[in-house]
Amino acid sequence: MKKEHIITVYSENHIGLLTRITIVFTRRKVNIESLTVSESAIQGVFKFTIVVKSTKEQVVKIVRQIEKQIDVLKAFYHTNEEMIYQEIALYKVPTEAVYEDDTIEKVVRNSGARILEITRDYIVIEKTGHKEETQALFEELNKFKVMQFIRSGRVAITRDPIERLSEFLKERDALLESMD
Amino acid sequence: MTKRKVSGSQAVILSLLEEGVDTIFGYPGGAIMPIYDALYDYDRNVKHILTRHEQGAVHAAEGYARITGKAGVCFATSGPGATNLITGIADAMIDSTPLVCITGQVASPLLGTDAFQESDVLGISMPITKWSFQVTSPEEIPGAIAQAFYVAQSGRPGPVLLDITKDAQFGELEFEYKKCRKIRSYVPEPQIDPFKIKEAAEIIDAAKKPLLLFGQGVLIARAEEELKAFVEKTGIPAAWTLLGLSALPTDHPLNVGMLGMHGNYGPNLLTNEADVIIGVGMRFDDRVTGKVSAYAPNAKIIHLEVDPAEINKIKVADVPVLGNAKKTLKMLTDNVEPNRHDEWVNRFRECYQIEDEKIIKKDLFPEKPGLTMGEVIRVAGDKTNHEAILVTDVGQHQMIASRYFKFRHPRSNVTSGGLGTMGFGLPASIGAQLGAPGRTVVAVIGDGGFQMTLQELGTIAQNKLPVKIIVLNNNFLGMVRQWQQLFFEKRYSFTELQNPDFITIGKGFGIDGHKVEAREDLEKSIQQMIDHNGPYLLEVVIEKEDNVFPMVPTGASVSEVMLEP
Repeated sequence: MKKEHIITVYSENHIGLLTRITIVFTRRKVNIESLTVSESAIQGVFKFTIVVKSTKEQVVKIVRQIEKQIDVLKAFYHTNEEMIYQEIALYKVPTEAVYEDDTIEKVVRNSGARILEITRDYIVIEKTGHKEETQALFEELNKFKVMQFIRSGRVAITRDPIERLSEFLKERDALLESMD
Repeated sequence: MTKRKVSGSQAVILSLLEEGVDTIFGYPGGAIMPIYDALYDYDRNVKHILTRHEQGAVHAAEGYARITGKAGVCFATSGPGATNLITGIADAMIDSTPLVCITGQVASPLLGTDAFQESDVLGISMPITKWSFQVTSPEEIPGAIAQAFYVAQSGRPGPVLLDITKDAQFGELEFEYKKCRKIRSYVPEPQIDPFKIKEAAEIIDAAKKPLLLFGQGVLIARAEEELKAFVEKTGIPAAWTLLGLSALPTDHPLNVGMLGMHGNYGPNLLTNEADVIIGVGMRFDDRVTGKVSAYAPNAKIIHLEVDPAEINKIKVADVPVLGNAKKTLKMLTDNVEPNRHDEWVNRFRECYQIEDEKIIKKDLFPEKPGLTMGEVIRVAGDKTNHEAILVTDVGQHQMIASRYFKFRHPRSNVTSGGLGTMGFGLPASIGAQLGAPGRTVVAVIGDGGFQMTLQELGTIAQNKLPVKIIVLNNNFLGMVRQWQQLFFEKRYSFTELQNPDFITIGKGFGIDGHKVEAREDLEKSIQQMIDHNGPYLLEVVIEKEDNVFPMVPTGASVSEVMLEP
């Protein structure tokens, strides 16, 4: 059964690696729902958070193929339930709408969103949450004609008490030592 | 080692020498000229083989790599030079062949500007390389080459591409070379789990009908002796994949033959009776398994493999044993009880008898007038005392040659397995001969594949390589025609060829040859070819519409292996 999985990849910071990773998906015709890449807590190690809808069997195979890439340190896969995750969304609405009606203000308060910038012409609202939540806010705000909307890729951390990457790096260093 | 100031292109050559490279296959052009200029000063240290096409260079490098186990090295220029390597790189990727391909690239300020002969070779080659890297400054050269060799040759080998911009070749650096011995993000050989060995050994000891399948992993790990020791201790019959060929001598009593679509009857049929399957250095390719859902349903699967991504990829392993096959086979041998499976092994012999009656005798000792591919291979094998290196192209002749040539020594077979690259054979034979100068190299090629790369006759002639080329000519793209006959109602859509006079073409290149059209002429012509000093082209006109059997049709189970149409 296809369901949403979060694939987390830790890698060295090398040019072209993103292509190598996406090729693994493309080749199997698996669509990437969202992708976020940034430096991890460990300097020089980059973290990819990739969301896909696929079967567990397929995801396991994809993760193995990603790990096979030379510059990839480690890849993990999780279901949504196993991770805490957020996305961030920005909404630009016309300022005029706020003057005419106090609904927007209520919507913002109730949804735990916040206002980033107010100009004569527009207001920029920010909300973090799951896609359903940011989407729900969009539906609400769109009653006042959202001028621009953008949602980020997902960021996610595991519910594990230990940081698996640092454990992993310790093991890897020991293994490399033993190869000498 | 003391540092010294050299140019980037000199650093390329010096680095290759540090890696022990003795042969380079290549073709010069604009963006790689500085490297060729540096090479000019080192012609005593390293041999450069100028092929007639970059595809020839990369297949030759593959042939060299498969015979020596060392990375094959090739040079090509940017743009079309680099893209002409692509087929060979893809071939090397799927057949785990170590290559270091060095391509010239336009100068770094021109990258991305659609400059003359610029192509994004890094982007093009990414899906088909184990690793690739673009060098844009001279200082990067020694490190990149060191890592290229380490990655290409370690673990599950594969092709690596280094794209070096022209300004990096011209620039200067302080040269110092350190071999690469590890990379933080790469574990070439997984650590062996002794519990898995024990678990596997228990299953093997309890097995009633075990079958071992060996692939190229055995040859890559140089585990031929360990394989032999294991099957001899356990009495387990062993069958080979196309690329595992020659890892166990053909006449070994426990060698029960070839797997797969045109493999032997017994190993296919009895796979589905086996209660334990031990796959060693093989990847359950679809040509081996047939319909996967109907493949070995009764068997527990033990999979000895160096690449974790192969575990459960096609066939779920009950016991995956990760690690270098030389070590895991040894450990497994130490952990199993001595055993025999005479009755079970006899079943393979019975199957062989059936196959012999229905197919093999007719292939090898035909009574009808037309020459068969099988008899040509039989004679070529016998006349070389089964000690030659066999290089094949792709198609019917490849299956027939693999089935009947017979081997005594490992690393004696070079073929394009996974990719099935027509045109591979002739250039690969160049590399095989250079990799094993003392051995006889017999290249068996169909008339179709031969015409894809026959310009490499020029390379063979120029370098006086004594390759013995047998072109099996049926004026057809035989394997496609066979499928058309069996599955497309004999609609022979574009498979018949009007061929040139191959012998005249050979002569034009300065290669002696002879055309055999009658059975009486076969033995002495093959003898003459082998005795000939230098390269030789033997064209054998064979039966036009011969088929290769047994056959497991696509989508059928291995137990549905057909002995006749």
